[in-house]
Parts: sequence; structure tokens; C-alpha cells
Amino acid sequence: MERQVARVALFAALIAALGLLPKLTIAGGVPITAQSLGIMLCGTILGWRAGGFAALLFVCLVLAGLPLLAGGRGGVGLLVSPSAGFLVGFPFAALATGIVVERLRLRTVFVRATLASLIGGILVLYGFGIPGMAWALDLSIADALPLALPFLPGDVIKAVVCGFVTHGLHAARPSALDWSR
Amino acid sequence: MLALTIPERTWAHPVPVGWKLLFLLGLTAVLYPVSDLRVLAGALVAVAILAVALGRGVVRQSLKMLVPLMVIVLLVLLYHVLVGRFVAGVGIVLKLLTLIGVANLVTMTSRLDDMFELIMFLLAPLKSLGVRPEVPALAFALVLRFIPVLVQKGRCVSDAWTCRSPRRMSWPVLVPLCLVALDDAERVADAIRARGGIGA
Repeated sequence: MERQVARVALFAALIAALGLLPKLTIAGGVPITAQSLGIMLCGTILGWRAGGFAALLFVCLVLAGLPLLAGGRGGVGLLVSPSAGFLVGFPFAALATGIVVERLRLRTVFVRATLASLIGGILVLYGFGIPGMAWALDLSIADALPLALPFLPGDVIKAVVCGFVTHGLHAARPSALDWSR
Repeated sequence: MLALTIPERTWAHPVPVGWKLLFLLGLTAVLYPVSDLRVLAGALVAVAILAVALGRGVVRQSLKMLVPLMVIVLLVLLYHVLVGRFVAGVGIVLKLLTLIGVANLVTMTSRLDDMFELIMFLLAPLKSLGVRPEVPALAFALVLRFIPVLVQKGRCVSDAWTCRSPRRMSWPVLVPLCLVALDDAERVADAIRARGGIGA
């Protein structure tokens, strides 16, 4: 119990810290914000239960008025902004990522975590984000879809990075991932 | 840097957070179907008057919080000009600015403690999932304590990278950072257990 609570809290803090740290550059010099990567990592490292709670905790803190979202945004205003769906979708994205990584029986951790991040961090997250955008901007879902497309390449890269990081973590300390034991 | 609440007290501070949020919810429901530009412009003016009534600090912070929104506002207007529905675009922008403006006023005039109390209340149904109410309270406190710790450790890791590599910092730094978070979690868990634990 204590261990799970501490893991949830530390990873919620990690999501926040990733939004405050300088951006990472990946091959080709493209900068990425690591915050949504943090959501994926919650799922692939902590599993569905703790990962989902960590993302939920982070979202609660942002809505309560802490400027922790990348770019120093926070507060209930986000719930009526075009990014509302993405924020609400964060816990579900981490949860889905965790479920896939725990259920998918593949040999390599990299493939497992990458696939899970693609499903949770993109499919499920966009499933919340795009309707949210459509609602806030008074568009049909079909019209809102292209507005999310510019983010897709970056998010695919993040899913792959999440795969690498989870793989690296597994190699460094196999016992760190509860689901791989 | 922490918290977007305004330090000085205004007359809106003592109003219970729940009421302020219900007002926001009601306003959202009322404004959502409206497309008459005069009504929407009136609503935005009303919000501006409300902000002025709350004092200079609130106005300043309101404007600061609206700056990142300007990109979206421009994109929305551009899109609606391209599809030939400029009037509808102006309506959407007015609605967005009004609702986000009011929501930001709620955030600015609500103390973090009151917000947390409300969140605890809303999280009460989680009891059926086996989460006891004192657990989220502990978790909130832990997160607030560990954000600066992890930011600092993140800087250490990135310094180590800069010392050893001419390339710009990239994703491998995340592996040690995640390990740090996991290790800290074990230590925190031990510390909580040593102080009597949080029960099973």
C-alpha cells in the first residue's frame, strides 16, 4: 500500500517535472515536450492501476490551479478550453497504456511498451481530445480531426521513445517493472 | 511560481469554491447554444467588468493567462475565414474568451486548500475502489514536495549529459530520471511505514 501510494505520487511529480525541465531534442534536432511522454511512461512503468492514478493526481493538481501543464498553464479554465479533452483523457490514456502493457504477451519490452503507448497515448488520448476540441470550437468531429494531425508525428515519436526508455529501465533494473516479474 | 491564486484577498475569495464552479458550469450550459454576437460580446464585457471589480492584480493576471490562448484564437479565426464562416468564428472566439476568462477568475480567487477540499469531496466515490480519503491527501502533499526535488535531479542528470557529450540532450536521460523517481518512491514508502504506515 505505502509503496503504491509513493509510486503514484512520485510519478505524478515526474509528469510535472517533465513539463518544467528544458525540452529534449531527438534525432534530427526536433525538440519535444516530455509531458505527454510522462503520461505514457506512467502506464508502461507503473501498470494500469498506479499509472492511471498518477495521471489522475497530476490532472487534479493542474485543475486545482497549479501551473504545471507545459507552458505554465493550469486552473479550471482548461476545462472550457480546446485542450480540455486531452487533459481529461490523460488518466484514461495512462490506464489504457497500462492495461495493454500488462496484457500483451510479447517477448521484447520495447515492442510491448511502444505498442501500449501508441494505443493508450495516441488512440485513447485522441479519442478524448478530438471530441473535446470539437466541443470547444463548435466544429464537427470530422472537422476537428485535421486540427489534431500536426501533433501526430511528435506523439508517434514519443511512443517509440517511451518504448526505448521502458526497455532501458527493464535492462537496468528488471525488478522496477511490476508487470514483468 | 507555484499556484495561480492571487495573493491579495478579494471579495470573491470567501465564496465557496463549489458555488463558483457551479456558476461556471451554469454559464457554460447557458452560453453554449448562443450564437448571437451581441449577447456573446455583452457576456465578455461583463466578465471584464467583473475582473476590474476584483482589482488590478486580477486584471493583470487575467491578461497574462489569456496570452497563450491568442494562437488558438488566431487559428480559429483563420480557419473560419477560409471556410467562409467568419461571423461564426467571431462567436466561437467570444465564447472561448468569456468562459476561459470566468474560469480563470475562479482559479485566481480560490485558495489551493479549498480546491483540494473540493477534490477530496469529489474523489469520495473512489472509496469503492479501495482508496481511503486520507490517501489522496497524503499523495497531494507528496507530489508538491517532490516536484522541485525531481526538477533538481533532472537538472543533475542533464548536467551529467552535457559534461560527457557534445550532442544536445536527448531521451536517454529519461532512464536515470525514471530510476531516480522509482528509488525515491521506495525510500518514501519506507519512511511512511517507519512512521506507522497508512494501514492496509
